[in-house]
Amino acid sequence: MRRMRWAAVLACVVVVGASSAAGSDAAPAAPTKLTIWVGWSARELGVFKQVVAEYDKNNPNVTVNVVGSINDNKIVAAIRAGTAPDVVSSFNSYNVGTYCGSGGWINLAPLMAQSHISASMFPPATRYYTQYNGVRCALPLLADTYGLYYNKDLFAKAGIKSPPKTMSELAADAKKLTVRSSSGKISVAGFDPFIGFYENTPERWITSFGGKWQDAKGNAILAQDPAWSKWLNWHKSLVDWYGYSNLVKFQAGLGDEFSASNAFEAGKLAMNFDGEWRVAFIQAEHPNLNYATAPMPVDDAHPELYGQGYINGTIIGIPKGGKNQAAAWDLVKYLTTNSHALAELSNGLRNVPTTTASGRSPEIKPDVHFSTFIKIFNNMHSTTSPITAAGVSYTNLVQQFATKWQAGQVKNLQAGLTQLDKQLDALVNQAKGPGVP
Amino acid sequence: MSQGSVAGERLPAAVLTVDRRRARRRAAWRRRGLVLLFLSPWLVGFTLFFAYPLVTSAYLSFNHYDLLSPPRWVGWANYHYLFREDPQVWTAVKNTLWLIVVLVPLQVLFAFGLAVMVTRAKMGVGVFRTVFYLPALAPPVAATLGFVYILNPVTGPVNVILSHLGIQGPLWFQDPHWSKPSLVGLGLWGVGTVMVIFLAAVLDVPRQLYESSELDGAGAWARLRWVTLPTISPVLLFAVVLGVIQALQYFTQAYVAAGVASGQASQAADVTSVSLGYPLDSTLFYPVLLYQHGFTDFQMGYASAMAMLLLGVSFAVTLVIIVNSRKWVHYGGATR
Repeated sequence: MRRMRWAAVLACVVVVGASSAAGSDAAPAAPTKLTIWVGWSARELGVFKQVVAEYDKNNPNVTVNVVGSINDNKIVAAIRAGTAPDVVSSFNSYNVGTYCGSGGWINLAPLMAQSHISASMFPPATRYYTQYNGVRCALPLLADTYGLYYNKDLFAKAGIKSPPKTMSELAADAKKLTVRSSSGKISVAGFDPFIGFYENTPERWITSFGGKWQDAKGNAILAQDPAWSKWLNWHKSLVDWYGYSNLVKFQAGLGDEFSASNAFEAGKLAMNFDGEWRVAFIQAEHPNLNYATAPMPVDDAHPELYGQGYINGTIIGIPKGGKNQAAAWDLVKYLTTNSHALAELSNGLRNVPTTTASGRSPEIKPDVHFSTFIKIFNNMHSTTSPITAAGVSYTNLVQQFATKWQAGQVKNLQAGLTQLDKQLDALVNQAKGPGVP
Repeated sequence: MSQGSVAGERLPAAVLTVDRRRARRRAAWRRRGLVLLFLSPWLVGFTLFFAYPLVTSAYLSFNHYDLLSPPRWVGWANYHYLFREDPQVWTAVKNTLWLIVVLVPLQVLFAFGLAVMVTRAKMGVGVFRTVFYLPALAPPVAATLGFVYILNPVTGPVNVILSHLGIQGPLWFQDPHWSKPSLVGLGLWGVGTVMVIFLAAVLDVPRQLYESSELDGAGAWARLRWVTLPTISPVLLFAVVLGVIQALQYFTQAYVAAGVASGQASQAADVTSVSLGYPLDSTLFYPVLLYQHGFTDFQMGYASAMAMLLLGVSFAVTLVIIVNSRKWVHYGGATR
């Protein structure tokens, strides 16, 4: 009988211990209602809600209300109005400069120190895009990496055995895979390089050429780094091969990127430059599509770069003025550092888990398509774009230049890049305001 | 001398005068109070929704303000960037000027032409009026989405019909040369409200003026030139001023068309900042750029400087039109 009593006590200790391990050290004792805003919607929102429901279950005193389809405009408006939720998440890591620089999202460093969490648990690129000027107001909540998707049936039909690894191979394969009608209209594009189309943006392309954005002082050096002109020239030559108007017309007949009629999923593109999330979309929308993934091809002169890619991702933080900051931090900590939560999110969303530990988690469901992106994420050459006070307008300005270039509106590329450097520096200075270093 | 008595006592004339003055003053204050009471809804609205935002905007235009941290005084820095460094502002100005020069006259001519045609119709006048007015009831977002669909270069019915006729249709909203004309088409389609105003004005032209001019041997053109136009000239002025102000504030249609045509948004709400002005900044109008700086780049101080410039330009352009109108606008038959 005595032995049974001890066993019961021991069982209670185990249960309490297990529940506190599954829960969290700073979970509030009093019933607390938290609201979290996220950008996900539809199927993806459902995945996120499932993970939050697990947190809810493990923390009986906390009830979390998840609101989806949130963008940065809504976040900023709510912070201004004093109606921001307890936790916010944004797809737009470019704007971290705005959130950290303004104090709109609180500095997480003291909370991290208190919880003995070191930023070193996140890989360097994600560490970089979640802080600004040394203020860490955000943490990464899954990362996005970009690679090449290719249609194996179309490859076989064209007699191509492996994905391209260099830009020359990419251009050659793109031409070989392109099918035109008798009138010259593109019916299947081998590859659509058009800047602005789907995920084609300069910051995601330039990593393949190892291009640098800024010098040590933060001044733009696009004109000085030959990688930029090399990429832009390569890019224009492929656009010209298709014909600018032909590509525009081709794109006008394609389905929406985030729908089941996505051009790659619909077989209208033999190869496509896309994010890792497409794996989940294809699984849900076209499970029978015969495709594979690979890193993006790289500059012929830099084969050592092969395997790298561009990294950015979802960020999460606590807006200023929140009433439940301790509870909010506990939720943020759970979502960003708990390997189980990250693995669950990664499995559902097929986004890259953002701690080194979660990347190796046995809970991550193996997937040959998705594993490419985890490798890209861990590649030492993978990088991201500069975080500046100008936010997303910095990379947008480069994109505007690139779209003019591909349309043939820039006559002198070098002079154009020099001018662009000046504009970028002026943009950052304007965003910081005079007198701010 | 006027005199009065209170409680049987005669009061001096000076006291009575003072009393009357006081009574008059009280009555005047009562009147003023009443006027103020009736004016108060407008005054509150004017102060809250016009004067306060205007003064705040003017103040913010001299500040660095990111919407999240307190405004920081930067003097003329925003205006310096606006006039000297913003790489997009002159493109936006040129596009907006294009709208004023092309869209406004076409809208006025088209609305006037429709109004005249409808007055000439012998049968089904009500049907024509309704048909031409109906598009004005379509919400701008829905109308723009419809136009982008109709003018899709591949799947849109316009180009499909043109291709059946052996004509290769343009890329419409996807082509920087055709995007603004496509928006003009949208603007002309929705010209119903101005048409109705013109219709009322044209129907209001006294018949005897036409009869007299006909007796004098005036043809259709002469009647239009010397009877109709002078008579409806105040309405013409109204349409021009309204059109110019609307062109200076042109936003919704450009915002939606660029987002949807660029493929960056399937719905108006999804438009991203990078698609604003698509294609190739051809639909980047001044208010669109202002919105971009204020609400996607979060540079409200700079956006306020842009707004101040827009206010000044709107005021100046309207003033020029009104001053110039003295030469051609006739009120009650007289030149004003």
